Amino acid sequence: MALKIVVTAKRVEDPESKIRVKPDGSGIVTDGVNYKINPFDEIAVEEALRLKERHGGEVVVASIGGERSQTEIRAALAMGADRGILVRHDGPLDPVVVSALLAKVVEQEKPDLVILGKQSIDDDQNQAGQYLAERLGWPQGTFASKTESLESEAEQKKEPGLVLSADGKALTVVREVDGGVETLELGLPAVVTTDLRLNKPRFASLPGIMKAKKKPLQELAAASLGVDLAPKVVVKRLAEPPARKGGVKVADVEELWKKLHDEAKVL
Amino acid sequence: MSNVLIVAEQGGGQIRKATLHAISAGRAVAARTGGALHVALLGKGVRPLADALAAYGAEVHVADAPALEHPLADAWAPVIAELAKACGAAYVGAAATAQGKDLLPRVAARLGAGMATEVLGFGGDGPAVTFRRPMWAGNVLAEVEIATPVKVFTVRATEFPAAEQGAGKGAVHEVAAQVPAGLRTRHVGFREVKSERPELTEARVVVSGGRGTKGDFKPVEALADVLGAAVGASRAAVDAGWVPNDWQVGQTGKVVAPDLYVAAGISGAIQHLAGMKGSKVIVAVNKDPDAPVFQIADYGLVADLFQALPALTEKVKASK
Repeated sequence: MALKIVVTAKRVEDPESKIRVKPDGSGIVTDGVNYKINPFDEIAVEEALRLKERHGGEVVVASIGGERSQTEIRAALAMGADRGILVRHDGPLDPVVVSALLAKVVEQEKPDLVILGKQSIDDDQNQAGQYLAERLGWPQGTFASKTESLESEAEQKKEPGLVLSADGKALTVVREVDGGVETLELGLPAVVTTDLRLNKPRFASLPGIMKAKKKPLQELAAASLGVDLAPKVVVKRLAEPPARKGGVKVADVEELWKKLHDEAKVL
Repeated sequence: MSNVLIVAEQGGGQIRKATLHAISAGRAVAARTGGALHVALLGKGVRPLADALAAYGAEVHVADAPALEHPLADAWAPVIAELAKACGAAYVGAAATAQGKDLLPRVAARLGAGMATEVLGFGGDGPAVTFRRPMWAGNVLAEVEIATPVKVFTVRATEFPAAEQGAGKGAVHEVAAQVPAGLRTRHVGFREVKSERPELTEARVVVSGGRGTKGDFKPVEALADVLGAAVGASRAAVDAGWVPNDWQVGQTGKVVAPDLYVAAGISGAIQHLAGMKGSKVIVAVNKDPDAPVFQIADYGLVADLFQALPALTEKVKASK
């Protein structure tokens, strides 16, 4: 019943970094910004590892980007993934291009399951998993979550939130949707995208980090894969949202009420 | 002719409110391109809702079939893509709800289209529509161009007014839906999380609690209820298991932009601020005078939320 899983690890700006736009609006200022695995992808990696621990199999980490994206692949290998694939591409990426390149990785690897973060926290598009599923003609389970809280016993035991059927042919996914929680059963192979509350990703151990250095990392040139690499979603310019003016401190609830009622007129 | 197709969302025998905002956005695009506004309505037993939608002045295409009962993206996407082709739509849009975000990329992939998620407004000149959308959790606003013949988008509902009826009535067309055979997705169940409160992303007022509540959200909820507000939370409160997951406001949770946002016992991590700083008026209540949240709050009150919130709740009650 072993599962072969491809999981993504995009290199993104650390969510705790302050993001500033260049004066000419052509991009963001990268000086002093730290990079890490997209937090949603980190959850995807954790889920893949838990499934492997439960059912056996292999976890292959894929990343698309420049040479530096090796760092994020190594980070996922240090968590416990088996090997990595870097699709080298230095130009701008959009979900159309990303999903086309990932489809090539899937073609090569023939996994039972692809797990991606629901979105990357740089462009926040929330599309690549769905595009990929449609390209492959596979079912999709987006925004995978679990009903138990992250403090629950199931989570303490590091149980996977994605549940494989007894015959190993289907996967049950709990999804966070508006107004409730939906449960879907997907016939494998399938694509799953992860929401924040699916699991708490593990930290890499020191032996894990040492081992990761020796794990195989294949490099593929994006240009050699026969994919149209021209982005279809073109960013024309970036701007910072209007800065909020520093407000005032009020002395007590009485004054707060007056401000909200008489000045801001929101109450 | 660049027509516009908006995908409607329904549930519990009603059109969802967010759809009316998406219809406004669709009308704005149609006005730019000189095209007509079409609406797709899918589901089981949804035919009676089509007339209400047509009253918003759109041509309504209704695909009413048992196989479309649940909004499964792989069942719905081909139906919508075919409809988009049939009505000559160059723009296909929906509200940026969980359903819209699940479904529309799949529709885009079928149409060979690029897509913009969570659109806040439109730019460009004349029929050359560009899309304004947030990146890096709203820390950056981008203007993007979609370089494919068909352009797909989802809109943030709070950025567009709800459509109003009365501007002429469109026709209703019944569509025979071709659901693909051999679908490998099965809907197992839906557990409604019942709430008397408005949806977090649609509420006019949001009251949120953080670590400072120490797990006791009663004062937060009491103030929210007297204001008819939605309740939110910081990631710290959610991670601690104090409140449901879907209450989280922030970069990795829900992005809200209400008229009034009250942050109680929330220090103001970048992550949280990114999810609420589009609010019109922000109030912060925190015991720590140096909490970063005070730097973006319009009105800051250095106080214990367990005293301040009940006092404010009483003020609101007394004013009614």
